[in-house]
Amino acid sequence: MLITCPYCGPRDVIEFTYQGDGNRERPQPNSQDLDAWNAYVYDRLNPAGDHNEIWQHSGGCRTHLRMVRNTLTHEISSTGFARGDHNAAARHKAGGKS
Amino acid sequence: MSPRRTETGGRIDRLRTIRFTFDGAPYTGHAGDTLASALLANGVTLFGRSFKYHRPRGVLSAGVEEPNALVTVLRGEVREPNIAATMVEIYDGLVAVSQNRFPSLAWDVNAINQLGGRILAAGFYYKTFMGPVFGPLKGTRFWMFCEHFIRRAAGLGRAGIAADTSRYERMNAFCDVLVVGSGPAGLSAAKTAADQGARVILAELEPRFGGSANWSGETIDGAPAADWAARAVSQLEGHDTVRLLPRTTAWGYYDGNTLAALERVTDHKETPGKGEPRHRYWAIRAKTVVLATGSFERPLVFPGNDRPGVMLAHAGERYANDYGVLPGDRIALFTNNDSAYRSALALKKAGAAIVAIVDVRPELSAEMRSLATEAEAEILSGHAVVATEGSKALSGLKVQRFDMNSGVLSGDARSIHADCLLMSGGWSPTIHLASQAGARAEWNAARQAFLPPKPTQQRWVGAGAFNGSFSTVEAIAEGRAAGLSAAGATGAPAALPDVEAAPGSPDPAPVFEIKAKGKSFVDFQHDVTAEDVRLAHREGFVSVEHLKRYTTLGMATDQGKNSNVPGLAIMAEALGKPIPEVGTTRFRPPYSAVSIGSLAAERFGDLKPERLTPMHDWHLANGATMYSAGLWYRPMIYGLAGETIEQAYVREAKATRESAGIVDVSTLGKIAVQGPDAAEFLDRVYTNMFSTLAVGKARYGLMLREDGLAFDDGTTWRLGEQDFLMTTTTANAGKVMQHLEYFLDVIWPELKVHVTSVTDEWAGAAIGGPKARAILAACVTGTAVDNTALPFMGIVHGRIAGVPVMICRLSFSGEMAFEVYSGAGYGTHVWEALVEAGKPFGLVTYGLEALGTMRIEKGHVTGAEIDGRTTARDLHLDWMLSKKKPFIGSAMMDREGLIAPDRLQLVGLVSLDNRPFNGGAHIVEELDEANPHDSIGHITACCYSPALGKHIALALVEGGKARHGTRAFISDPLRKRFGPVEIVSNHFYDPDGSRMHG
Amino acid sequence: MAEYSAFSLLTNALKGNQDWKPAWRKPDPKASYDVIIIGGGGHGLSTAYYLAKEHGITNVAVLEKGWLGSGNVGRNTTAVRSNYLLPSNTRFYEHSMKMWENLSHDLNYNVMFSQRGCLNLAHTPAQFDDLARRGNAMRHLGVDAELMSTAEIKRLVPALDMSASARFPIVGGLMQPRAGTARHDAVAWGYARGADRRGVDIIENCEVTGFLRDGDRITGVQTTRGEIRGKKVAVAVAGSTGRVMQLAGVDRMPIESHVLQAFVTESLKPFIDTVLTFGMGHFYMSQSDKGGLVYGGDIDGYNSYAQRGNLPIVDEVMSEMLALFPGLARVRMLRSWGGVCDMSMDGSPIITAGPLPGMYLNCGWCYGGFKATPASGWCFAYTIAKDEPHAFNAPFTLDRFYRGLVIDDKGQGATPRLH
Repeated sequence: MLITCPYCGPRDVIEFTYQGDGNRERPQPNSQDLDAWNAYVYDRLNPAGDHNEIWQHSGGCRTHLRMVRNTLTHEISSTGFARGDHNAAARHKAGGKS
Repeated sequence: MSPRRTETGGRIDRLRTIRFTFDGAPYTGHAGDTLASALLANGVTLFGRSFKYHRPRGVLSAGVEEPNALVTVLRGEVREPNIAATMVEIYDGLVAVSQNRFPSLAWDVNAINQLGGRILAAGFYYKTFMGPVFGPLKGTRFWMFCEHFIRRAAGLGRAGIAADTSRYERMNAFCDVLVVGSGPAGLSAAKTAADQGARVILAELEPRFGGSANWSGETIDGAPAADWAARAVSQLEGHDTVRLLPRTTAWGYYDGNTLAALERVTDHKETPGKGEPRHRYWAIRAKTVVLATGSFERPLVFPGNDRPGVMLAHAGERYANDYGVLPGDRIALFTNNDSAYRSALALKKAGAAIVAIVDVRPELSAEMRSLATEAEAEILSGHAVVATEGSKALSGLKVQRFDMNSGVLSGDARSIHADCLLMSGGWSPTIHLASQAGARAEWNAARQAFLPPKPTQQRWVGAGAFNGSFSTVEAIAEGRAAGLSAAGATGAPAALPDVEAAPGSPDPAPVFEIKAKGKSFVDFQHDVTAEDVRLAHREGFVSVEHLKRYTTLGMATDQGKNSNVPGLAIMAEALGKPIPEVGTTRFRPPYSAVSIGSLAAERFGDLKPERLTPMHDWHLANGATMYSAGLWYRPMIYGLAGETIEQAYVREAKATRESAGIVDVSTLGKIAVQGPDAAEFLDRVYTNMFSTLAVGKARYGLMLREDGLAFDDGTTWRLGEQDFLMTTTTANAGKVMQHLEYFLDVIWPELKVHVTSVTDEWAGAAIGGPKARAILAACVTGTAVDNTALPFMGIVHGRIAGVPVMICRLSFSGEMAFEVYSGAGYGTHVWEALVEAGKPFGLVTYGLEALGTMRIEKGHVTGAEIDGRTTARDLHLDWMLSKKKPFIGSAMMDREGLIAPDRLQLVGLVSLDNRPFNGGAHIVEELDEANPHDSIGHITACCYSPALGKHIALALVEGGKARHGTRAFISDPLRKRFGPVEIVSNHFYDPDGSRMHG
Repeated sequence: MAEYSAFSLLTNALKGNQDWKPAWRKPDPKASYDVIIIGGGGHGLSTAYYLAKEHGITNVAVLEKGWLGSGNVGRNTTAVRSNYLLPSNTRFYEHSMKMWENLSHDLNYNVMFSQRGCLNLAHTPAQFDDLARRGNAMRHLGVDAELMSTAEIKRLVPALDMSASARFPIVGGLMQPRAGTARHDAVAWGYARGADRRGVDIIENCEVTGFLRDGDRITGVQTTRGEIRGKKVAVAVAGSTGRVMQLAGVDRMPIESHVLQAFVTESLKPFIDTVLTFGMGHFYMSQSDKGGLVYGGDIDGYNSYAQRGNLPIVDEVMSEMLALFPGLARVRMLRSWGGVCDMSMDGSPIITAGPLPGMYLNCGWCYGGFKATPASGWCFAYTIAKDEPHAFNAPFTLDRFYRGLVIDDKGQGATPRLH
């Protein structure tokens, strides 16, 4: 599997670490809603098909990616920064600060 | 000249004689021979024994699909079992031996299995060997008794114990077009793509490029096809952008158009060239793959089809044309299609007598009749072979009239004298890689074969026989089209070369099996017969996968390359369904077996890197015994002559508490946490406060996981308003780093914090003991180290031996202690200066054992207690759980299961029988040495405490805190150590910390 | 149907093996059943068998979307052991072990359970202590366990690299002598035959496409072979749990589906007579009766239903294999395949009533489903029949995560790829 890191371009899957379901929402830090915390920590969307997930380019620039990957075919249909800043890569390449 | 070697012809070098042995007997062959061709040339007919019945077997094929002629190749003590003789290129000194026979290939006692044929039918294991339900052989004993003998009779070659001394290497390659297979289709594709400027890799599993062009006897553009191929190869060699890989099997088609290939670099050489690996493993990322992998000829299923001397028709043709070997003097052919006629003619031209062509089809084309006439062969159309004769070599066969529509045999059997029978059951495209790429094969009724479908997930294009286009002219045309499309070009219509080839239809008659009395083999190596397939049907094992698993059809080393389609056809007939409704199995990697050495490649003999601290060499030079901890090596003890481990660590710990000791702590994880929000971030990450920490001070911190369990601990130093240095445990350094990065990048991207792993940038030495401050005072310049300048948890900057250092006063040993950090490159320099300065004070170096001893005495926790199952409360660290702020894990840490009173809690244990403990021993309330039961906990760490003069331990015990002052027992049945203990607080030594605070 | 025995083999052989009957019938589905079991793998089939045998519930259908045993029961590396650290796991797997010891007789089908032992290697003194902790935990629950010295290991597995200069030298090991291997397919077939003989309908090529409901309550299933009603509907589809539960409207589960690869070499003469695991990575190996070395390692590490492995894990597993057995460099890997594992959030399974009324759930087997097959079916059948868990599966609830009662043998928390 080749994963396209927004900074580093297409790289082999061996350079990446899977960080799981990207649909999970972390409650506000001071939230006392235990159900919401439990859902965040333990429950996963586990679809057969397109899956929104987080990966880290741990063997490279160490940025986190959010990508959509099909769990039946392993085809990746989109990748971007997990932090949602789609311009960061362009700025980075242009020598600007991220 | 060997008995079966032709005077001329073939691609071998008759001027170069090569000497080798097989089963100890010396033979000669020529350069260009395989072991199979060389032995055939020497008149050898018996190559191996089958798996189950130990039937004598010859050689069936001339290629990678060989199921019968398997040998072990020996290089000294190093063994390579189960290699097809058809794939071994001979070299001077080659030593090959046959397999699965005792005492010899010719006389094998296990051949007696043939007598049990019907009892040993498919699935017989499942129905017996269950043994008695009572008595000494009840339960699994009887089966295991039988299994002992079954295992010894099964198996093929013997694996080696001696380590392989070869080197393996891995290459990553990238290209526009990877062409797999170098027959006319592959060569044409590679050349076309290369001419378009594409970066091309051409992989050919055989030693020579050209595929069938090398032995088809056809003519391309007026020249022999082999010359056309050679010219194409030399043109490809002229391109800078083309890489040619002979002896390279593309065996796996993985995600992202990544193909795995194995190049056998030096297997064919007596000694490898300088620097050459034995195998090279290629991971090839191709924009497009051209699959020009050709096709396999199928055997026919009829009684005695496994007799040595029965061979695939094209293999016979290839032995003659490629190797100059006649597989027999009197050759018969048995076919359901036209391709065998060309083979007959080729063998006739090479000098053999063609005694008959037995064809199941009643009507033959005029072209076939004329080819047969040219071969001077009698045609027996509408006939079938119903038996073969001979034992270790073929002596003859029997034929009968055959109605291919009904399958009925009629008339008298006629005997034909022949020493070789060539068979052809039609051709199956080699679609394995396409199937691995996710494509589902489609049955083509005309070709009687599974053809590749259109690609779905991956980017490949097929050409030639792979597509079911079996003629050379089609192969070249499709190869060119594939090359163009793979290179992203559109075709300028250019003239295709003229091909002169024997005529013939690509479509066989739909005949797979001749039903007659006797064993008809479908899977040769595993001895699966047509009757076994029908038995599977009778017992309901009718899906392809059940058939495979129940009979072991297709599970042999040829992976069903010979047996897959015939097996399916027989099952389809039994079911009364068309073949496609029975289905085909999905092929999985590898296409053919791959050496494990090549897959490990550079990691063979070097599994994981070694992490060494900057002072590693000093430790070795000064008597340290090293301990492997994860990837790190750390000093365990610095033993003196004659000391035991215990004597050494007791001495080291004692000296530290009496004067001073120094230990290498460079392995601790170190992370620079920097930025305007660094303090806020640490407040969220740690259970306790860090924003209140003054610059120039350090604090002990505890982290939880999101689920509220303890994760890691360590001190974090505030070096500046926005600049922290975090330390982690050695084992968790990587995990903590990833944890921090995840939160900063994914959860709290708004925080302006940067984290950097600086573990390898700093060398660390911890120096502790009553004299530690005096030692520092003696060698540190640029700063005072007294209590005012350097209070508990204070940090100062100074120099030791001219090198800048950072010193923090903190303690793991419980003594007044300091951690001294310097740049890693100066680690040994500073360490030596500290050791030198310590000499007058009686400073000792100490290792992990003494470190562990002193931490047990203090009751500090490490990974043995923070084991991923314990909470802060379990470890009595709840004083660190801030109530003023949320932190990672705070919301989850109070769930019912995590606050239950009977949880395992940290305690101390004191041995009451003055005998040592063992790590991993359990604790019970009632001792029962015979039947230990009701464990209430276990020891996490233990030692002899020089400070207390007792054997002590830390332990996790159910409701442990409430048990302080009570007695229990050690129960260690594994090591038969039982005895009384007292449960105490984990803080054994100096519980109020007066020594540390000084 | 005839019993299988040496005698029946002989008499049938004399008749040319023409009289053998199908191992199980191929019935069409009825309109309704007392219990519908979704999933014709090892666990679904054993559940059906024990429902019939232990609880007299025979009006049962097992629905399998493809061919019987096509999931993990036919894809695993066949090890059977009960050498766990935590008591909940050890008790359950030991119950399974005891059932294994009599399974061939019980089923009248030779599942070839070979108690050749399972040896876990330790490479540092600390690791040896961890194994001792585990072995002692087993001994305190009445389970067999022994520590082995390097000399004993060398005798048992002569091919191991025992040199002190190895990157990760072997310092000892933990042996469970009663552990071993079984013929995986035979387990599925034996249970299928046994359940079928007690009246259970085993229906292949019958894919569940939806659930029938009465309000919240599950009352049956829609399938590619029509609607089938069931008083109780049991889900035993580890590897496809996410897909099937989604059909019931349960989108989120404490489970991720991951691919686990397995490998086999060409057939070899006896090379290793035990099941072996490496301590400084993730590698396990045994040898099949046919002679192939059967081995595996880590999951690929990301969600997948593809039964399709990746290359980095192949390389990793082979590298670890050669670290233990440098003589195997010239032996060849013959086949690889992938299975889809339910990776739960604590590495332990779920066997419970619910989460919807009328539904029962068996999932989350991670790496360990095969050895659990007898006990899993036995406990699941008990839970279905009695509407309450047996003591053996009482800890394996779905709400244990929420309640903080996780059973985390590896101590890795809610990171499935690390279990």
